Amino acid sequence: MKQTELIMGMPITVEILDEHANESAFKKIFNYSTEVDRIFSPYKEGSEVSKINSGELSVQEYSPQMREVFRLAEQTKQQTSGYFDVRRPDGKIDPSGIVKGWAILNAAQLLKQDGYENFFVDAGGDIQSARPEHLEPWHLGIRNPFNTAEIVKVLRIRNEGVATSGTYKRGMHIYNPHDPMQILDDVVSITVIGPNVYEADRFATAAFAMGRQGINFIESLPGFEAYQIDRMGVAIQTSGFNKYIQNDA
Amino acid sequence: MRKYILSAIVAISFGFYISSNRNYVAHPVPIIAKSPAITPNIPDSGSLAAGSPPANNPTPVAAASSTTTQPAASKPATTPTKVVQQPAPKPAGQFRNGTYAGISADAYYGYVQVQAIISNGKLTDIQMLDYPSDRGTSVRINSYALPQLISEAIQAQSARVAAVSGATDTSQAFIQSLSSALAQAKS
Repeated sequence: MKQTELIMGMPITVEILDEHANESAFKKIFNYSTEVDRIFSPYKEGSEVSKINSGELSVQEYSPQMREVFRLAEQTKQQTSGYFDVRRPDGKIDPSGIVKGWAILNAAQLLKQDGYENFFVDAGGDIQSARPEHLEPWHLGIRNPFNTAEIVKVLRIRNEGVATSGTYKRGMHIYNPHDPMQILDDVVSITVIGPNVYEADRFATAAFAMGRQGINFIESLPGFEAYQIDRMGVAIQTSGFNKYIQNDA
Repeated sequence: MRKYILSAIVAISFGFYISSNRNYVAHPVPIIAKSPAITPNIPDSGSLAAGSPPANNPTPVAAASSTTTQPAASKPATTPTKVVQQPAPKPAGQFRNGTYAGISADAYYGYVQVQAIISNGKLTDIQMLDYPSDRGTSVRINSYALPQLISEAIQAQSARVAAVSGATDTSQAFIQSLSSALAQAKS
């Protein structure tokens, strides 16, 4: 069974292949996603994030979910030397870069608690899947950043999480101060495969902020692999990425 | 007398040299160098070479170095590669020169607004006026040589998949905004 709803401004797709899949499983996931949106949307005036940003809420009044997200955000900031930061330059909070992965992982846990073992949850291109060992893995694609109708890689994923961080920002010329004449290629997207989608998401966000060095950052993390695409359409992959590739038969 | 003329020429030339270099440095450059103190580390090529021996001999399509290369040209293409640098390229001369701001399009986590720069009738640059930022804006530039990770030109795959991972949030809005900018630029 497979269903998609538009929540948090993006399509959230849940597919469950377990035989006992029923409507209530999907309802649970979509209700949870709506709840997350209610709390964390930076663009809904009544959300907790908006109230924090407008000064209406003090730290003591944060919900348990908000506290947890802040704690995880701080941890991620430490581990990435500040490249991941939920505080914007103007002082406002925007935890979107960590909430998505965190929420998808929680949703997947809800399904696991109900005994589901063969499913995926895809929210806006960040995916958590589950697959029994004796079955062929899920085949998931990496989107072509230059043509969103195409994929440029097919991945074999069982219980890992996959997250892509990217942008189409171009024209912000980044110069190497040691060689001003050299124009560095911008990274357009980086796809990270990790033990779960929360981990993949936060490190994809941080790696993307590092520009071309992002792929090296992921290379240095045990248990993570990545595929980084630059504005010229050249991709670099980490040294263990091959094990996730499904080659065209 | 000749001595004075020569000295003046040297002094003036030096003056030009100084002022032209200052122009390069003054070029808009949002670089904030961050000194690394991270765990885990961004490795330099030396430590990476020691720590991760390649399982097979990668034949890099293009050297993964920080100097600009033209990988699509240097690789003898065995299959057609889709190295698309910009969305919807237009034939030369279709646009009027200038700078055009597109509409501000909703990408959920914020708005996307692009600015199209037309030179010689062609789209030559795209700048972001507004974009949702899910990352810090500081970028660390360094002089590490990139380690020898496998690189390749991306290629479209024909296989069917259950789901696709991509930075989809901003792409639709980007195209919307860019289209509106180009519509203004059409002659």
